[in-house]
Amino acid sequence: MERVRRFLVSDHAAGWAFILPSVILIVVFGVIPIVWGLILSFQKAGLISPEREWVGLQNYTQIASDPKARQAAVNTIYYTALFVPISILASLFIAHALNRKIAFVRFYRLAVFIPVVTSTIATGIMFLWLFDRNYGLANWLLGKVGLGPFGFFEEPSQAMIALVLMTVWGWLGFDTIIYLAALQGVPQELIEAAAIDGASRWSSFWRVTWPMLGPATLLLVVWSTISALQLFDEVFFVTKGGPLGRTSVVVFYVYRLAFEQGLGSLSLAGYAAAIAYVLFLVILVLTLAQFWLGRRVVHYAS
Amino acid sequence: MSAVTEAPVALTRADPRSLLGETGMVERPRRRFLPFDPWHLFLAPLAVVMLLPLVWMVVTSLETEAQTFHFPPILWPGTLRFENYVNVIRESEFGTWFWNTTVVTVTIVLSNLVLCTLAAYAFARIRFLGRGVIYFVLLATLMVPLQVVLIPTFLIVKDLGLLDRLGALIVPHLASVFGIFMLTQFFRTLPIELEEAARIDGASRLSILVRIVVPLSLPALATLAVIQFMWTWNEFLWPLVTILTNQSAFTLQLGLATFQGAHQSQWHFVAAANIMSMVPILVLFLLAQRYFVRGIATQGLKG
Repeated sequence: MERVRRFLVSDHAAGWAFILPSVILIVVFGVIPIVWGLILSFQKAGLISPEREWVGLQNYTQIASDPKARQAAVNTIYYTALFVPISILASLFIAHALNRKIAFVRFYRLAVFIPVVTSTIATGIMFLWLFDRNYGLANWLLGKVGLGPFGFFEEPSQAMIALVLMTVWGWLGFDTIIYLAALQGVPQELIEAAAIDGASRWSSFWRVTWPMLGPATLLLVVWSTISALQLFDEVFFVTKGGPLGRTSVVVFYVYRLAFEQGLGSLSLAGYAAAIAYVLFLVILVLTLAQFWLGRRVVHYAS
Repeated sequence: MSAVTEAPVALTRADPRSLLGETGMVERPRRRFLPFDPWHLFLAPLAVVMLLPLVWMVVTSLETEAQTFHFPPILWPGTLRFENYVNVIRESEFGTWFWNTTVVTVTIVLSNLVLCTLAAYAFARIRFLGRGVIYFVLLATLMVPLQVVLIPTFLIVKDLGLLDRLGALIVPHLASVFGIFMLTQFFRTLPIELEEAARIDGASRLSILVRIVVPLSLPALATLAVIQFMWTWNEFLWPLVTILTNQSAFTLQLGLATFQGAHQSQWHFVAAANIMSMVPILVLFLLAQRYFVRGIATQGLKG
């Protein structure tokens, strides 16, 4: 009894009592699904149908010969290759512009940041209207400078670029805040010293400021890549994968397999889970590679 | 949700509050060609571009249907048709969606504040068997993208009989690893002397947490609350897969997406519904900017 009493008043009991509610929830809805997802990817399984048949690696080998999976992979890479550099370079320039004491800077920062809090559906509605082929403000404004008219989301060759523009608009504030915080961490004395030594603004930015932004840049490259590879909401709502499958990205394809076709009699949940796991592995490898590369290139101030 | 590293905490030595204020470099004087700083030539058009989609949505929401289908676009409708908003509320289930989203969001935010605070305090201050392992496992789940767990989590929610109910949206998110991680980091920065003194005076763990730690942590708790609010209010994929047929359990985002699909040629209504869906999050943002910015600058996560 004494031992039980001692345990109950010990730190072990207190610690576990404090974490238990959270841990139960996270295990049930966070840890078990990770393991179950892996098991599913080796099964022929449905979402609603109780069918669970062990098929080994068949789901994984099937991916290689699935033209739609291939198309989704190509589209995802295309989107990521556009989104990551554009959003990061744009936000670097904007953060640099915003990092000064001038009139209205408060307002400018607010304007850049507001899109971060709007939902993807709200953003999708705004851009569907802005980019409307016939009545959109964008075509009218571009027409004034002799461009267009563009089909935007309705035009196979333009839809992905329109998606990039829309998502960059939504992400810019996030990246800018990170860069702004990093820029404000650059000691003013260093820049002044460079100026005294006769460095131009241009070379003092690239020689002094840019290296100190290394950790922030690495972070943004990693996060932007991760989120770009997982694009879904915008595609689902705005383009539905079209036109002609040109914006069908991997997560959208996974959703389609599992939740649109899988809710019927088809047992595609296992196959969808396998694709999701492959994407996860790709993300994991890329992230580790980026950090490994970053550690060799990025300079961390001590 | 994406990967977490401890790097962002280190790279923001700047006070997050200053990021939206008038701070920054003082330019060394240069020859002036313009009566104002030349950066305005870039920043003013940028602000217009960033605000344009929103402003254009407000204008559209106050036009008549005929005005929206006019090319070139009518930039100012003349008489403002506020009845568009009334019509949306009257003829759709907007009120239900709004109420559902409010219930889900408020429940999740409050529950996260309580559960994550408890867990984070234990991880930060109490030594117990398995602490390191459990903390590591929790953090590892942050690395796993949503689509990997989407199908199995759906199956779990289905087995619990929660499909098509608000419970499907609430229960899985009552506690979050993000919240635990953020608060643990914060609690570790607090001076421990006060707590030790209270301990010697015989205070229990819980009363130390409630009377000493929580009052010192209000900024961190506010940050968690607004970030969680934003995620939950804007969440789309999870409600999409768990609320299948029951329209009375639709959230705002689901309702909005359906509404847009059903009224594709009535942009004045779609715009009005869209503006109404954004009002709470925009108001919260304007009131609590510094907490949004802190949440992003120091934790750098976006759902």
